[in-house]
Amino acid sequence: MEKAMKKYFPIFMIPTMIAFAIGFLIPFVYGIFLSFCDFTTVVDFKFTGLENYKKILYVGGKLDTSFLHSLWYTVLFTVVTVLIINVVSFAIAFALTKGIRGTNLFRTAFFLPNLIGGIVLSYIWLMIFNAVLQGYHKTIVSTPWTAFWGLVIVVSWQQIGYMMIIYIAGLQNVPTDVIEAAKIDGASGWKMLKSVILPMLMPTITICTFLTLTNGFKLFDQNLAMTGGNPAHQSELLALNIYNTFYGKTGWEGVGQAKAVIFFIIVAVISVLQNKLTTRKEVEQ
Amino acid sequence: MAQEVVSTKKIRKYKPWQNVLTVIFAVLSLAWIAPIIVVIINACKNNAYIFANPFGLSTQSIFKAGFTKWKEQLPMATINRTKGEGMLLTNIRNAIEQTDFWHAFIYSLFITVVSVALIVLCCSMCAYFITRVKTGFTKFFYVLCLFSMIVPFQMVMFTLSKFSNMLHLSTPWGIVIVYLGFGAGLSVFMYTGFVKSMPIDIEEAAMIDGCTPLQTFFQVVFPIMKPTTITIAILQAMWIWNDYLLPSLVLNINTYKTIPIAIQYLRQSHGVINWGAMMAALLLAILPIVVFYIAAQKYIIQGVMAGAVKG
Repeated sequence: MEKAMKKYFPIFMIPTMIAFAIGFLIPFVYGIFLSFCDFTTVVDFKFTGLENYKKILYVGGKLDTSFLHSLWYTVLFTVVTVLIINVVSFAIAFALTKGIRGTNLFRTAFFLPNLIGGIVLSYIWLMIFNAVLQGYHKTIVSTPWTAFWGLVIVVSWQQIGYMMIIYIAGLQNVPTDVIEAAKIDGASGWKMLKSVILPMLMPTITICTFLTLTNGFKLFDQNLAMTGGNPAHQSELLALNIYNTFYGKTGWEGVGQAKAVIFFIIVAVISVLQNKLTTRKEVEQ
Repeated sequence: MAQEVVSTKKIRKYKPWQNVLTVIFAVLSLAWIAPIIVVIINACKNNAYIFANPFGLSTQSIFKAGFTKWKEQLPMATINRTKGEGMLLTNIRNAIEQTDFWHAFIYSLFITVVSVALIVLCCSMCAYFITRVKTGFTKFFYVLCLFSMIVPFQMVMFTLSKFSNMLHLSTPWGIVIVYLGFGAGLSVFMYTGFVKSMPIDIEEAAMIDGCTPLQTFFQVVFPIMKPTTITIAILQAMWIWNDYLLPSLVLNINTYKTIPIAIQYLRQSHGVINWGAMMAALLLAILPIVVFYIAAQKYIIQGVMAGAVKG
Protein backbone atom coordinates (compact mmCIF):
# COMPACT_ATOMS: atom_id res chain seq x y z
CA MET A 1 0.00 0.00 0.00
CA GLU A 2 2.84 2.37 0.82
CA LYS A 3 4.25 1.95 -2.66
CA ALA A 4 0.98 2.82 -4.35
CA MET A 5 0.64 5.88 -2.11
CA LYS A 6 4.15 7.18 -2.60
CA LYS A 7 3.33 8.07 -6.19
CA TYR A 8 0.63 10.38 -4.89
CA PHE A 9 3.07 12.43 -2.84
CA PRO A 10 2.53 15.64 -4.85
CA ILE A 11 -1.25 15.61 -4.45
CA PHE A 12 -1.30 14.76 -0.77
CA MET A 13 1.65 16.78 0.46
CA ILE A 14 2.59 19.62 -1.85
CA PRO A 15 -0.27 22.09 -1.11
CA THR A 16 0.25 21.94 2.65
CA MET A 17 4.03 22.01 2.26
CA ILE A 18 4.01 25.13 0.10
CA ALA A 19 1.62 26.95 2.43
CA PHE A 20 3.60 25.81 5.47
CA ALA A 21 6.79 27.12 3.88
CA ILE A 22 5.21 30.50 3.06
CA GLY A 23 3.19 30.88 6.26
CA PHE A 24 5.68 29.54 8.75
CA LEU A 25 9.00 27.96 7.80
CA ILE A 26 10.62 30.60 5.58
CA PRO A 27 9.51 33.57 7.75
CA PHE A 28 10.76 31.73 10.84
CA VAL A 29 14.22 30.86 9.50
CA TYR A 30 14.60 34.21 7.82
CA GLY A 31 13.44 35.93 11.01
CA ILE A 32 16.23 34.31 13.00
CA PHE A 33 18.74 35.38 10.35
CA LEU A 34 17.42 38.96 10.31
CA SER A 35 17.77 39.26 14.08
CA PHE A 36 21.53 39.48 13.43
CA CYS A 37 21.09 42.22 10.82
CA ASP A 38 20.30 45.87 10.50
CA PHE A 39 17.28 46.25 8.19
CA THR A 40 14.07 48.10 7.41
CA THR A 41 12.71 45.76 4.72
CA VAL A 42 13.55 42.13 4.04
CA VAL A 43 15.92 42.93 1.15
CA ASP A 44 18.17 45.74 2.45
CA PHE A 45 19.85 43.96 5.36
CA LYS A 46 23.38 44.44 6.69
CA PHE A 47 24.93 41.86 8.95
CA THR A 48 25.68 43.36 12.37
CA GLY A 49 26.20 40.33 14.59
CA LEU A 50 24.84 40.62 18.11
CA GLU A 51 24.31 44.38 17.93
CA ASN A 52 20.49 44.05 18.00
CA TYR A 53 20.54 41.84 21.07
CA LYS A 54 22.77 44.31 22.85
CA LYS A 55 20.37 47.14 21.96
CA ILE A 56 17.53 45.38 23.78
CA LEU A 57 19.18 46.26 27.07
CA TYR A 58 21.73 48.98 26.26
CA VAL A 59 20.84 51.99 24.16
CA GLY A 60 23.60 54.55 23.63
CA GLY A 61 25.63 53.12 26.51
CA LYS A 62 22.68 53.42 28.92
CA LEU A 63 20.60 50.64 30.42
CA ASP A 64 17.12 50.45 28.84
CA THR A 65 14.71 48.71 31.18
CA SER A 66 11.60 48.78 28.97
CA PHE A 67 12.00 45.18 27.80
CA LEU A 68 12.79 43.94 31.30
CA HIS A 69 9.76 45.80 32.62
CA SER A 70 7.57 44.13 29.98
CA LEU A 71 9.04 40.76 30.83
CA TRP A 72 8.36 41.19 34.52
CA TYR A 73 4.89 42.59 33.88
CA THR A 74 4.11 39.63 31.60
CA VAL A 75 5.39 37.04 34.09
CA LEU A 76 3.28 38.56 36.85
CA PHE A 77 0.25 38.78 34.58
CA THR A 78 0.65 35.16 33.48
CA VAL A 79 1.02 33.83 37.03
CA VAL A 80 -2.06 35.71 38.23
CA THR A 81 -4.25 34.69 35.28
CA VAL A 82 -3.15 31.04 35.37
CA LEU A 83 -4.11 30.85 39.04
CA ILE A 84 -7.42 32.69 38.77
CA ILE A 85 -8.60 31.01 35.57
CA ASN A 86 -7.76 27.49 36.66
CA VAL A 87 -9.17 27.75 40.19
CA VAL A 88 -12.41 29.44 39.14
CA SER A 89 -13.03 27.30 36.07
CA PHE A 90 -12.38 24.14 38.05
CA ALA A 91 -14.79 25.26 40.78
CA ILE A 92 -17.50 26.00 38.21
CA ALA A 93 -16.88 22.72 36.38
CA PHE A 94 -17.01 20.81 39.66
CA ALA A 95 -20.36 22.35 40.58
CA LEU A 96 -21.77 21.84 37.10
CA THR A 97 -21.02 18.10 37.13
CA LYS A 98 -23.23 17.59 40.19
CA GLY A 99 -26.30 17.17 38.00
CA ILE A 100 -28.13 20.30 39.08
CA ARG A 101 -31.06 21.72 37.15
CA GLY A 102 -30.16 24.06 34.29
CA THR A 103 -26.61 22.75 33.90
CA ASN A 104 -26.68 23.05 30.11
CA LEU A 105 -27.96 26.60 30.21
CA PHE A 106 -25.29 27.70 32.71
CA ARG A 107 -22.58 26.01 30.67
CA THR A 108 -23.78 27.88 27.59
CA ALA A 109 -23.66 31.21 29.40
CA PHE A 110 -20.18 30.72 30.85
CA PHE A 111 -18.75 29.66 27.51
CA LEU A 112 -20.22 32.51 25.48
CA PRO A 113 -17.49 35.17 26.09
CA ASN A 114 -14.93 32.81 24.63
CA LEU A 115 -16.40 33.08 21.17
CA ILE A 116 -16.10 36.86 21.15
CA GLY A 117 -12.70 37.91 19.92
CA GLY A 118 -10.10 39.83 21.92
CA ILE A 119 -10.66 43.17 20.20
CA VAL A 120 -14.46 43.22 20.56
CA LEU A 121 -14.22 41.93 24.10
CA SER A 122 -11.77 44.64 25.10
CA TYR A 123 -14.00 47.46 23.94
CA ILE A 124 -16.94 46.05 25.86
CA TRP A 125 -14.86 46.09 29.03
CA LEU A 126 -13.10 49.36 28.28
CA MET A 127 -16.50 51.04 28.34
CA ILE A 128 -17.50 49.31 31.58
CA PHE A 129 -14.20 49.98 33.36
CA ASN A 130 -14.12 53.62 32.40
CA ALA A 131 -17.75 54.02 33.42
CA VAL A 132 -17.02 52.55 36.84
CA LEU A 133 -13.68 54.30 37.32
CA GLN A 134 -14.97 57.74 36.37
CA GLY A 135 -16.57 57.83 39.81
CA TYR A 136 -13.03 57.78 41.24
CA HIS A 137 -11.79 60.24 38.59
CA LYS A 138 -9.65 57.59 36.97
CA THR A 139 -9.51 55.66 33.73
CA ILE A 140 -8.25 52.19 33.00
CA VAL A 141 -4.87 53.60 32.00
CA SER A 142 -4.40 55.91 35.00
CA THR A 143 -1.78 53.63 36.50
CA PRO A 144 -0.05 50.44 35.29
CA TRP A 145 -1.96 48.58 37.99
CA THR A 146 -5.47 49.59 37.02
CA ALA A 147 -4.45 48.45 33.52
CA PHE A 148 -3.06 45.23 34.96
CA TRP A 149 -6.21 44.24 36.85
CA GLY A 150 -8.36 45.37 33.94
CA LEU A 151 -6.50 42.97 31.68
CA VAL A 152 -6.72 40.20 34.27
CA ILE A 153 -10.50 40.59 34.49
CA VAL A 154 -10.98 40.63 30.72
CA VAL A 155 -8.77 37.62 30.10
CA SER A 156 -10.32 35.65 32.96
CA TRP A 157 -13.81 36.43 31.72
CA GLN A 158 -12.85 35.18 28.29
CA GLN A 159 -10.96 32.03 29.18
CA ILE A 160 -12.77 30.67 32.24
CA GLY A 161 -15.57 29.30 30.06
CA TYR A 162 -13.15 27.50 27.77
CA MET A 163 -11.19 25.91 30.60
CA MET A 164 -14.47 25.03 32.36
CA ILE A 165 -15.47 22.95 29.32
CA ILE A 166 -12.15 21.09 29.40
CA TYR A 167 -12.44 20.51 33.16
CA ILE A 168 -16.01 19.20 32.74
CA ALA A 169 -14.73 16.75 30.10
CA GLY A 170 -11.97 15.69 32.49
CA LEU A 171 -14.32 15.27 35.46
CA GLN A 172 -16.70 13.17 33.39
CA ASN A 173 -13.80 10.89 32.50
CA VAL A 174 -12.95 10.10 36.11
CA PRO A 175 -14.14 6.48 36.41
CA THR A 176 -17.12 6.14 38.76
CA ASP A 177 -15.85 2.88 40.25
CA VAL A 178 -12.82 4.70 41.66
CA ILE A 179 -15.12 7.26 43.29
CA GLU A 180 -17.38 4.51 44.63
CA ALA A 181 -14.40 2.60 46.02
CA ALA A 182 -13.14 5.73 47.75
CA LYS A 183 -16.60 6.35 49.22
CA ILE A 184 -16.68 2.84 50.67
CA ASP A 185 -13.24 3.47 52.16
CA GLY A 186 -14.77 6.47 53.92
CA ALA A 187 -13.40 9.34 51.83
CA SER A 188 -15.64 12.35 51.43
CA GLY A 189 -15.65 16.08 50.79
CA TRP A 190 -12.25 17.68 50.83
CA LYS A 191 -10.39 14.39 51.16
CA MET A 192 -12.13 12.93 48.14
CA LEU A 193 -11.25 16.00 46.11
CA LYS A 194 -7.62 16.14 47.20
CA SER A 195 -6.70 12.45 47.20
CA VAL A 196 -8.94 10.97 44.51
CA ILE A 197 -10.33 13.48 42.04
CA LEU A 198 -7.40 15.87 41.63
CA PRO A 199 -4.79 13.12 41.04
CA MET A 200 -7.08 11.47 38.50
CA LEU A 201 -7.49 14.86 36.85
CA MET A 202 -3.79 15.59 36.39
CA PRO A 203 -3.83 15.20 32.57
CA THR A 204 -6.62 17.78 32.35
CA ILE A 205 -4.84 20.11 34.76
CA THR A 206 -1.73 19.79 32.59
CA ILE A 207 -3.64 20.80 29.48
CA CYS A 208 -5.38 23.75 31.13
CA THR A 209 -2.24 25.06 32.82
CA PHE A 210 -0.35 24.76 29.56
CA LEU A 211 -3.07 26.58 27.60
CA THR A 212 -3.52 29.41 30.11
CA LEU A 213 0.24 29.79 30.50
CA THR A 214 0.94 30.19 26.79
CA ASN A 215 -2.20 32.31 26.31
CA GLY A 216 -1.00 34.64 29.06
CA PHE A 217 2.45 34.97 27.59
CA LYS A 218 1.23 35.53 24.06
CA LEU A 219 -1.59 37.94 24.91
CA PHE A 220 -1.78 40.78 22.41
CA ASP A 221 -5.24 41.84 21.17
CA GLN A 222 -6.65 42.75 24.56
CA ASN A 223 -3.50 44.63 25.50
CA LEU A 224 -3.57 46.64 22.26
CA ALA A 225 -7.27 47.47 22.32
CA MET A 226 -7.75 48.13 26.01
CA THR A 227 -4.63 49.85 27.30
CA GLY A 228 -2.48 50.28 24.20
CA GLY A 229 0.46 49.96 26.59
CA ASN A 230 -0.52 53.17 28.39
CA PRO A 231 0.39 54.90 30.63
CA ALA A 232 3.77 55.54 28.93
CA HIS A 233 4.41 51.93 27.84
CA GLN A 234 4.01 50.84 31.46
CA SER A 235 1.30 48.26 30.72
CA GLU A 236 3.00 46.70 27.72
CA LEU A 237 3.05 42.94 27.75
CA LEU A 238 5.90 41.31 25.81
CA ALA A 239 3.94 40.78 22.59
CA LEU A 240 2.88 44.43 22.43
CA ASN A 241 6.36 45.59 23.38
CA ILE A 242 7.75 43.68 20.40
CA TYR A 243 5.03 45.02 18.11
CA ASN A 244 5.75 48.61 19.19
CA THR A 245 9.49 48.12 18.70
CA PHE A 246 8.82 46.95 15.14
CA TYR A 247 6.23 49.48 14.09
CA GLY A 248 6.59 52.27 16.64
CA LYS A 249 9.90 53.75 15.48
CA THR A 250 11.79 53.22 12.23
CA GLY A 251 15.28 51.79 12.34
CA TRP A 252 14.37 49.52 15.24
CA GLU A 253 13.14 46.54 13.20
CA GLY A 254 16.32 44.61 13.98
CA VAL A 255 15.88 45.09 17.71
CA GLY A 256 12.23 44.06 17.37
CA GLN A 257 13.26 40.87 15.61
CA ALA A 258 15.89 40.14 18.25
CA LYS A 259 13.28 40.63 20.98
CA ALA A 260 10.97 38.28 19.06
CA VAL A 261 13.67 35.58 19.05
CA ILE A 262 14.12 35.93 22.82
CA PHE A 263 10.32 35.84 23.22
CA PHE A 264 10.16 32.66 21.14
CA ILE A 265 12.88 31.00 23.23
CA ILE A 266 11.07 31.89 26.48
CA VAL A 267 7.73 30.54 25.24
CA ALA A 268 9.34 27.37 23.86
CA VAL A 269 11.25 26.67 27.09
CA ILE A 270 8.13 27.20 29.20
CA SER A 271 6.07 24.91 26.96
CA VAL A 272 8.60 22.08 27.15
CA LEU A 273 9.40 22.48 30.86
CA GLN A 274 5.80 22.79 31.99
CA ASN A 275 4.78 19.75 29.99
CA LYS A 276 7.62 17.66 31.43
CA LEU A 277 6.90 18.77 35.00
CA THR A 278 3.18 18.12 35.09
CA THR A 279 3.06 14.95 33.02
CA ARG A 280 5.33 13.37 35.62
CA LYS A 281 2.57 13.82 38.19
CA GLU A 282 -0.05 12.12 36.05
CA VAL A 283 -1.58 8.97 37.44
CA GLU A 284 -1.32 5.82 35.36
CA GLN A 285 -4.84 4.72 34.60
CA MET B 1 -32.50 22.25 26.36
CA ALA B 2 -33.73 18.92 25.12
CA GLN B 3 -31.83 17.14 27.83
CA GLU B 4 -33.54 19.15 30.52
CA VAL B 5 -36.95 18.12 29.30
CA VAL B 6 -35.87 14.52 29.41
CA SER B 7 -34.51 14.84 32.92
CA THR B 8 -37.76 16.25 34.31
CA LYS B 9 -39.68 13.44 32.65
CA LYS B 10 -37.53 10.92 34.46
CA ILE B 11 -38.90 12.42 37.71
CA ARG B 12 -35.55 12.98 39.31
CA LYS B 13 -35.63 14.14 42.88
CA TYR B 14 -33.46 17.15 43.60
CA LYS B 15 -31.98 17.54 47.03
CA PRO B 16 -32.39 20.98 48.66
CA TRP B 17 -28.71 21.87 48.27
CA GLN B 18 -28.97 21.19 44.57
CA ASN B 19 -31.78 23.69 44.25
CA VAL B 20 -29.73 26.24 46.18
CA LEU B 21 -26.87 25.63 43.76
CA THR B 22 -29.22 26.15 40.83
CA VAL B 23 -30.28 29.54 42.20
CA ILE B 24 -26.68 30.56 42.84
CA PHE B 25 -25.66 29.59 39.34
CA ALA B 26 -28.63 31.30 37.77
CA VAL B 27 -27.49 34.56 39.39
CA LEU B 28 -23.84 33.89 38.51
CA SER B 29 -24.46 33.14 34.87
CA LEU B 30 -26.64 36.23 34.53
CA ALA B 31 -23.79 38.26 36.01
CA TRP B 32 -21.47 36.51 33.59
CA ILE B 33 -23.31 37.74 30.51
CA ALA B 34 -24.11 41.13 32.08
CA PRO B 35 -21.36 42.93 30.08
CA ILE B 36 -23.11 41.91 26.87
CA ILE B 37 -26.42 43.17 28.23
CA VAL B 38 -24.73 46.47 29.12
CA VAL B 39 -23.64 46.76 25.48
CA ILE B 40 -27.21 46.28 24.32
CA ILE B 41 -28.48 48.88 26.81
CA ASN B 42 -25.82 51.40 25.85
CA ALA B 43 -26.30 50.93 22.12
CA CYS B 44 -29.62 52.68 22.76
CA LYS B 45 -28.01 55.83 24.16
CA ASN B 46 -26.07 58.68 22.69
CA ASN B 47 -22.39 59.26 23.31
CA ALA B 48 -22.68 61.71 26.21
CA TYR B 49 -25.40 59.78 27.97
CA ILE B 50 -23.44 56.51 28.12
CA PHE B 51 -21.02 57.85 30.69
CA ALA B 52 -23.59 59.95 32.51
CA ASN B 53 -25.53 56.83 33.42
CA PRO B 54 -23.65 53.78 32.12
CA PHE B 55 -25.75 51.03 33.64
CA GLY B 56 -29.21 52.59 33.60
CA LEU B 57 -31.79 51.92 30.97
CA SER B 58 -32.03 54.46 28.21
CA THR B 59 -34.49 57.24 28.94
CA GLN B 60 -34.02 58.37 25.37
CA SER B 61 -36.14 57.00 22.65
CA ILE B 62 -34.80 53.78 21.27
CA PHE B 63 -36.83 54.21 18.14
CA LYS B 64 -38.98 57.17 17.31
CA ALA B 65 -41.20 58.60 20.04
CA GLY B 66 -38.93 60.60 22.36
CA PHE B 67 -36.70 61.95 19.66
CA THR B 68 -37.73 65.57 20.10
CA LYS B 69 -36.82 65.46 23.77
CA TRP B 70 -33.34 64.38 22.92
CA LYS B 71 -33.09 67.06 20.28
CA GLU B 72 -33.77 69.79 22.83
CA GLN B 73 -31.20 68.49 25.27
CA LEU B 74 -28.34 68.01 22.89
CA PRO B 75 -28.26 70.08 19.74
CA MET B 76 -25.76 68.23 17.58
CA ALA B 77 -24.60 68.84 14.03
CA THR B 78 -25.75 65.43 12.95
CA ILE B 79 -29.29 66.09 14.02
CA ASN B 80 -30.80 66.61 10.60
CA ARG B 81 -29.27 63.49 9.21
CA THR B 82 -30.79 61.39 11.93
CA LYS B 83 -34.15 63.06 11.85
CA GLY B 84 -36.94 60.83 12.91
CA GLU B 85 -34.71 58.05 14.09
CA GLY B 86 -34.26 56.84 17.63
CA MET B 87 -30.88 56.43 19.29
CA LEU B 88 -30.47 52.73 18.57
CA LEU B 89 -31.05 53.18 14.87
CA THR B 90 -28.83 56.26 14.77
CA ASN B 91 -26.03 54.40 16.46
CA ILE B 92 -26.38 51.39 14.23
CA ARG B 93 -26.39 53.59 11.14
CA ASN B 94 -23.29 55.45 12.32
CA ALA B 95 -21.59 52.18 13.12
CA ILE B 96 -22.35 50.67 9.74
CA GLU B 97 -21.17 53.79 7.93
CA GLN B 98 -18.02 54.37 9.95
CA THR B 99 -16.84 50.77 9.95
CA ASP B 100 -18.11 49.89 6.48
CA PHE B 101 -19.64 46.99 8.32
CA TRP B 102 -21.17 45.00 5.46
CA HIS B 103 -17.88 44.79 3.60
CA ALA B 104 -16.04 43.88 6.78
CA PHE B 105 -18.60 41.17 7.48
CA ILE B 106 -18.27 39.69 3.99
CA TYR B 107 -14.45 39.73 4.12
CA SER B 108 -14.46 38.10 7.57
CA LEU B 109 -16.93 35.46 6.45
CA PHE B 110 -15.11 34.74 3.20
CA ILE B 111 -11.67 34.48 4.80
CA THR B 112 -12.94 32.26 7.62
CA VAL B 113 -14.95 29.88 5.45
CA VAL B 114 -12.36 29.48 2.67
CA SER B 115 -9.43 29.15 5.10
CA VAL B 116 -11.20 26.53 7.20
CA ALA B 117 -12.22 24.55 4.10
CA LEU B 118 -8.68 24.67 2.79
CA ILE B 119 -7.16 23.70 6.16
CA VAL B 120 -9.52 20.74 6.53
CA LEU B 121 -8.92 19.47 3.00
CA CYS B 122 -5.15 19.93 2.74
CA CYS B 123 -4.20 19.03 6.31
CA SER B 124 -6.29 15.85 6.40
CA MET B 125 -4.63 14.66 3.18
CA CYS B 126 -1.22 15.61 4.44
CA ALA B 127 -1.74 13.96 7.84
CA TYR B 128 -3.05 10.78 6.20
CA PHE B 129 0.01 10.63 3.96
CA ILE B 130 2.59 11.17 6.70
CA THR B 131 1.03 8.51 8.93
CA ARG B 132 0.70 5.87 6.22
CA VAL B 133 3.96 6.53 4.37
CA LYS B 134 6.84 6.40 6.84
CA THR B 135 9.92 7.96 5.37
CA GLY B 136 12.56 10.20 6.87
CA PHE B 137 10.97 13.18 5.19
CA THR B 138 7.43 12.62 6.44
CA LYS B 139 8.70 12.11 9.99
CA PHE B 140 10.70 15.31 9.70
CA PHE B 141 7.67 17.22 8.41
CA TYR B 142 5.59 15.96 11.33
CA VAL B 143 8.20 17.19 13.82
CA LEU B 144 8.23 20.56 12.05
CA CYS B 145 4.44 20.78 12.44
CA LEU B 146 4.71 20.06 16.17
CA PHE B 147 7.46 22.64 16.45
CA SER B 148 5.41 25.33 14.69
CA MET B 149 2.75 25.03 17.40
CA ILE B 150 5.02 26.52 20.08
CA VAL B 151 6.28 29.44 17.99
CA PRO B 152 4.55 32.71 18.90
CA PHE B 153 3.26 34.81 16.01
CA GLN B 154 5.52 37.77 16.87
CA MET B 155 8.48 35.62 15.84
CA VAL B 156 7.37 35.46 12.20
CA MET B 157 5.20 38.60 12.14
CA PHE B 158 7.52 40.97 10.32
CA THR B 159 9.01 38.58 7.76
CA LEU B 160 5.63 36.96 7.08
CA SER B 161 3.95 40.28 6.33
CA LYS B 162 6.79 41.36 4.02
CA PHE B 163 6.89 38.03 2.18
CA SER B 164 3.15 37.90 1.69
CA ASN B 165 3.29 41.42 0.24
CA MET B 166 6.02 40.33 -2.16
CA LEU B 167 3.99 37.27 -3.18
CA HIS B 168 0.83 39.40 -3.61
CA LEU B 169 -1.04 37.53 -0.90
CA SER B 170 -2.48 40.71 0.62
CA THR B 171 -6.02 40.01 -0.61
CA PRO B 172 -8.75 37.84 0.95
CA TRP B 173 -7.83 35.20 -1.68
CA GLY B 174 -4.16 35.29 -0.76
CA ILE B 175 -4.47 35.37 3.01
CA VAL B 176 -6.16 31.96 3.07
CA ILE B 177 -2.82 30.45 1.98
CA VAL B 178 -1.11 32.17 4.91
CA TYR B 179 -3.81 30.81 7.25
CA LEU B 180 -3.32 27.31 5.80
CA GLY B 181 0.39 27.57 6.46
CA PHE B 182 0.11 28.97 9.95
CA GLY B 183 -2.78 26.69 10.94
CA ALA B 184 -1.22 23.54 9.49
CA GLY B 185 0.71 22.64 12.64
CA LEU B 186 -2.25 22.06 14.94
CA SER B 187 -4.47 20.53 12.25
CA VAL B 188 -1.88 18.06 10.95
CA PHE B 189 -1.08 17.10 14.54
CA MET B 190 -4.73 16.41 15.41
CA TYR B 191 -5.50 14.56 12.18
CA THR B 192 -2.36 12.46 12.59
CA GLY B 193 -3.50 11.45 16.07
CA PHE B 194 -6.79 10.26 14.59
CA VAL B 195 -5.32 8.39 11.61
CA LYS B 196 -2.95 6.51 13.95
CA SER B 197 -5.98 5.10 15.79
CA MET B 198 -7.69 4.02 12.55
CA PRO B 199 -7.46 0.33 11.56
CA ILE B 200 -5.54 0.00 8.31
CA ASP B 201 -7.63 -3.03 7.19
CA ILE B 202 -10.45 -0.94 5.75
CA GLU B 203 -8.10 1.01 3.52
CA GLU B 204 -6.34 -2.15 2.39
CA ALA B 205 -9.68 -3.71 1.52
CA ALA B 206 -10.57 -0.64 -0.52
CA MET B 207 -7.24 -0.76 -2.33
CA ILE B 208 -7.68 -4.45 -3.14
CA ASP B 209 -11.11 -3.65 -4.53
CA GLY B 210 -9.35 -1.36 -6.97
CA CYS B 211 -9.48 2.07 -5.38
CA THR B 212 -6.63 4.45 -6.07
CA PRO B 213 -5.13 6.10 -2.97
CA LEU B 214 -7.12 9.26 -3.80
CA GLN B 215 -10.41 7.34 -4.06
CA THR B 216 -9.57 5.47 -0.85
CA PHE B 217 -8.94 8.75 0.91
CA PHE B 218 -12.07 10.59 -0.23
CA GLN B 219 -14.53 7.69 -0.15
CA VAL B 220 -13.29 5.76 2.88
CA VAL B 221 -10.88 7.70 5.09
CA PHE B 222 -12.24 11.24 4.95
CA PRO B 223 -15.81 10.27 6.00
CA ILE B 224 -14.42 8.34 9.00
CA MET B 225 -12.46 11.43 10.02
CA LYS B 226 -15.65 13.48 10.43
CA PRO B 227 -15.49 13.99 14.23
CA THR B 228 -11.91 15.27 14.01
CA THR B 229 -12.85 17.44 11.05
CA ILE B 230 -15.62 19.09 13.06
CA THR B 231 -13.25 19.71 15.97
CA ILE B 232 -10.60 21.25 13.75
CA ALA B 233 -13.10 23.32 11.77
CA ILE B 234 -14.54 24.80 14.99
CA LEU B 235 -11.19 25.56 16.60
CA GLN B 236 -9.76 27.13 13.46
CA ALA B 237 -12.94 29.09 12.70
CA MET B 238 -12.92 30.58 16.22
CA TRP B 239 -9.30 31.61 15.74
CA ILE B 240 -9.58 33.01 12.22
CA TRP B 241 -12.87 34.88 12.69
CA ASN B 242 -11.49 36.75 15.71
CA ASP B 243 -7.90 37.13 14.57
CA TYR B 244 -6.67 40.70 14.46
CA LEU B 245 -2.90 40.89 14.15
CA LEU B 246 -2.28 38.54 11.22
CA PRO B 247 -4.84 40.05 8.82
CA SER B 248 -3.96 43.59 9.90
CA LEU B 249 -0.35 42.94 8.85
CA VAL B 250 -0.94 40.76 5.79
CA LEU B 251 -4.02 42.31 4.16
CA ASN B 252 -3.96 45.56 2.25
CA ILE B 253 -5.60 47.42 5.11
CA ASN B 254 -6.97 50.33 3.10
CA THR B 255 -9.08 48.06 0.92
CA TYR B 256 -9.82 45.04 3.06
CA LYS B 257 -10.86 45.32 6.69
CA THR B 258 -12.18 42.33 8.62
CA ILE B 259 -14.56 42.94 11.56
CA PRO B 260 -11.87 43.09 14.31
CA ILE B 261 -9.80 45.45 12.18
CA ALA B 262 -12.79 47.67 11.39
CA ILE B 263 -13.59 47.95 15.10
CA GLN B 264 -10.02 48.76 16.05
CA TYR B 265 -9.96 51.42 13.31
CA LEU B 266 -13.20 52.92 14.56
CA ARG B 267 -11.14 54.06 17.52
CA GLN B 268 -7.96 55.04 15.73
CA SER B 269 -9.51 57.04 12.92
CA HIS B 270 -11.42 59.35 15.24
CA GLY B 271 -9.05 59.73 18.17
CA VAL B 272 -11.87 60.11 20.65
CA ILE B 273 -14.16 57.12 20.61
CA ASN B 274 -17.78 57.75 19.66
CA TRP B 275 -19.10 55.33 22.24
CA GLY B 276 -22.64 55.28 20.90
CA ALA B 277 -21.47 54.07 17.50
CA MET B 278 -18.90 51.80 19.14
CA MET B 279 -21.58 50.07 21.20
CA ALA B 280 -23.69 49.51 18.09
CA ALA B 281 -20.64 48.20 16.21
CA LEU B 282 -19.88 45.79 19.05
CA LEU B 283 -23.49 44.66 19.02
CA LEU B 284 -23.29 44.03 15.27
CA ALA B 285 -20.05 42.11 15.74
CA ILE B 286 -21.43 39.94 18.55
CA LEU B 287 -24.75 39.16 16.89
CA PRO B 288 -23.51 36.73 14.19
CA ILE B 289 -21.39 34.93 16.79
CA VAL B 290 -24.33 34.44 19.14
CA VAL B 291 -26.55 33.20 16.32
CA PHE B 292 -23.87 30.75 15.18
CA TYR B 293 -23.29 29.64 18.77
CA ILE B 294 -26.95 28.92 19.39
CA ALA B 295 -27.22 27.01 16.11
CA ALA B 296 -24.06 24.95 16.49
CA GLN B 297 -23.71 24.84 20.27
CA LYS B 298 -23.47 21.07 20.52
CA TYR B 299 -20.65 20.87 18.00
CA ILE B 300 -18.75 23.81 19.45
CA ILE B 301 -18.70 22.39 22.98
CA GLN B 302 -17.82 18.92 21.73
CA GLY B 303 -15.16 20.37 19.48
CA VAL B 304 -13.50 22.23 22.34
CA MET B 305 -13.65 19.14 24.57
CA ALA B 306 -12.16 16.86 21.90
CA GLY B 307 -9.59 19.43 20.89
CA ALA B 308 -8.31 19.75 24.44
CA VAL B 309 -8.12 16.03 25.07
CA LYS B 310 -6.00 15.52 21.99
CA GLY B 311 -3.99 18.73 22.21
